[in-house]
Amino acid sequence: MQNGRPVSADEDLLLRVTGVAKRFGSVIALRAAGLELRAGEIHALMGANGAGKSTLVKVITGEFPADAGELAVAGAVSAFRSPAEARRAGIVSVYQDPALVPDLTIAQNMRLARVPLEAVRAAMRDLGIERLDLTRRAREIDYPHLRLIDLSRALASKPRILILDEITAALPADLSERVFAVVRDWRRRGHSVIFISHRMAEVAALADRATILRDGVTVGVTSTRDAEEKIVDMMLGSEVAKAAAEAPPRAAAGIIRGAAPALEVRNVGFGHTLSGVSFRLGFGEILGVAALEGQGQQELFDCIAGVRRAASGEILANGRTLELRHPADAIRAGLVLVPANRLHALLPQRSIRENVALSSFATFRAWGPITMRAERKRVENAVERLSIDRRASAEVRRLSGGNQQKVVIARWLASGFRTLLCFDPTRGIDIGTKRQIYALLREIAAQGASVLLFTSELPEIRLACDRAIVLFAGRITAEMPAAEADEAHLLRAAHGLTAAERAEVPA
Amino acid sequence: MSAANKIEAGSAAHSLSRYLRATGMPLLFLASILATLAIHRDFGAFDVQSLALGALPLAMASTAQAIVVISGGIDLSVGSMIAVANVLSASLMQHASFRQSLGLAVLIILVGAMQGAINGTLIVLSRIPDIVVTLTTGFIWGGVALLILERPGGGAPSDFLEIGAGADLSSVLPNALLLLIGAVGVIWVPIRSSRLGLSLYATGSDPVAAFRSGVDPRLARILAYGLGGVFCGIGGVALTMTTGIGAPLAGAYYTLSSVAAVVIGGVSLNGGRGGVLGPVLAALLLTLLPMDLIFLNIDPNYGQVIQGTLIVLVVMIGGFAAFLQGRS
Repeated sequence: MQNGRPVSADEDLLLRVTGVAKRFGSVIALRAAGLELRAGEIHALMGANGAGKSTLVKVITGEFPADAGELAVAGAVSAFRSPAEARRAGIVSVYQDPALVPDLTIAQNMRLARVPLEAVRAAMRDLGIERLDLTRRAREIDYPHLRLIDLSRALASKPRILILDEITAALPADLSERVFAVVRDWRRRGHSVIFISHRMAEVAALADRATILRDGVTVGVTSTRDAEEKIVDMMLGSEVAKAAAEAPPRAAAGIIRGAAPALEVRNVGFGHTLSGVSFRLGFGEILGVAALEGQGQQELFDCIAGVRRAASGEILANGRTLELRHPADAIRAGLVLVPANRLHALLPQRSIRENVALSSFATFRAWGPITMRAERKRVENAVERLSIDRRASAEVRRLSGGNQQKVVIARWLASGFRTLLCFDPTRGIDIGTKRQIYALLREIAAQGASVLLFTSELPEIRLACDRAIVLFAGRITAEMPAAEADEAHLLRAAHGLTAAERAEVPA
Repeated sequence: MSAANKIEAGSAAHSLSRYLRATGMPLLFLASILATLAIHRDFGAFDVQSLALGALPLAMASTAQAIVVISGGIDLSVGSMIAVANVLSASLMQHASFRQSLGLAVLIILVGAMQGAINGTLIVLSRIPDIVVTLTTGFIWGGVALLILERPGGGAPSDFLEIGAGADLSSVLPNALLLLIGAVGVIWVPIRSSRLGLSLYATGSDPVAAFRSGVDPRLARILAYGLGGVFCGIGGVALTMTTGIGAPLAGAYYTLSSVAAVVIGGVSLNGGRGGVLGPVLAALLLTLLPMDLIFLNIDPNYGQVIQGTLIVLVVMIGGFAAFLQGRS
């Protein structure tokens, strides 16, 4: 059982993972990853995108075998061949992509996993989603709720070790709070939680210790108290950290005034989700859009990008009214979309080069032979400029999320645009890459293009934007310069508290 | 809370479309029966009997195909497996007694299960796409059928044939229909409502999520193909019962027709969605249609064109329903 090695002196060690290596074809995901989890602690697992956090979780839960390394649960060396085996040993993960079968109902999903429905209901009550109909198919339920159901299922099997991979990435603030309460309660009962998140504030508030991964290697373990800078340093490596810290000097408003705005939205409405939305976006400006989950931001971006047709109102680019019937119409008008789900924008099985070159050659006029040299040069330029990791350049689906998002942006850089529509481009992306992306957006704006940026992380509005509008229930409830757009201010407006009401609410 | 409200509000439209998907095929089948009655006023017990007889092997093939497609595969060797079971039974039962024939039937159905399991195992182990593996094994089983019986012939004891072709098991329904209901009811219905059935649906819907939920998707796929093989075995024996002989080339028709029945019957070719009732009714419909065309004195060559057009229309209506659901 103990493989000839002495058991760790630390009696409290619930899980000990050492020297884990894993490679996928030519991509090395993990080199020497390790993790020590004590009983009754919340342990954060942190690292830049592509550092190997999710891979480590999948090795621990037996989703695939490691090439090397050892795993010991409460001192006993084990290796799980499937998530079901890991669950029997008391280790359950809530993965980044929900592990619910889309065509089965929620109740059937629970039966499939042999989890008692009563326990699931109890967990759903704790998370405040007990009103959800269990006879609905998983396919019909939105992503945030799916993740909470997945979490309820995990809790219902009473794991000793609960692993949460980016659980809060797509959750609105109120639901995140409930998750935190449940996680703390889990620790109080003496169980352990491995918590993966990019949000430093969450980690500091919730976790006791953190293990930091960089390029598939565990580079350090630290207490999370007042360790933000230290953690960022370890995540990025000293060089990158320096570069990232220097990166975003806010471009002193290079906004070009007077001329027609790059994008003007007049009284746009869509079904019952959007009504009377109007705003202007100047050349050289970054306009932030802040909103809680489902306040019409998705529909607004879809209408501007030509994915859906606005029911009323006008959309103008450069002073010209647009007839947007298809994304191609928007692209021709210089309006290009960077969606939250990068796989919606990419051809996952094709190379970085083809993905970047795609839009340059998508028009009928260009359906002749492709001049390979010109293509290579344009793509090289864009890839260089965004410092995209090329280890897996043959298939973009093997890139990390942050690098995939860079490929989407690189595509538009290569083909040219007037306005970049970024819909939550940094969802689930690490701090280092996030900073790079914001620096890039500033650079794009400084060169005269404009950017409309929705982000689900309110503090980022202030970092990246010149001005912000807030959507609530399909209407714009506030507009403010970036300097005033602090989290508290945005949050109030995002909950529909207008300036007049705000005066009555104590701060 | 607003998100939760939204979910509840959406459910009315969803349940309507789910209802349509579940009842679409029965409604269509009912309509075609009414149309048949209008065309052919003295459509009676004898015609029901010949419909059931003609449709029995295809209904079995469609059930086999539906199970495989639901669990995320597709089986292009269905016809050849039916042919093997058909020629095996016709050549072995030719001089056998009734009781021996019953035993042989069970044995032949087990051979079908084995053939299916071989398909599934090859697919799982080699990771070659289902369509390639089953196309190849289809050629192999087709050759095996010719090796067993070079030209149409053979036979079975007449009281054995009566099990399928007669009308004596019940006073209301012809035997063929009872056999169909029995085979599907005894084998598929209990499986469907068990955890095994859920595993098949789960594997077809999302193998990764199924794996994470504790299912072994590889085993599930092998079982699905094996189960399909069982129904192909029954289909082949039924073909012997209904035609009285073994014909090594008769199976070819069932491969593509079973795919057509599965598509008309509302099973998603992407896996995970649909049931067996739809494809079975579609098999009856695909058998009824040529009968109607004969009553209408339409050139049988047009029959194929009309049949194809109908399939496209039915699938388009299904697509339209999905489109409406997407808009609501």
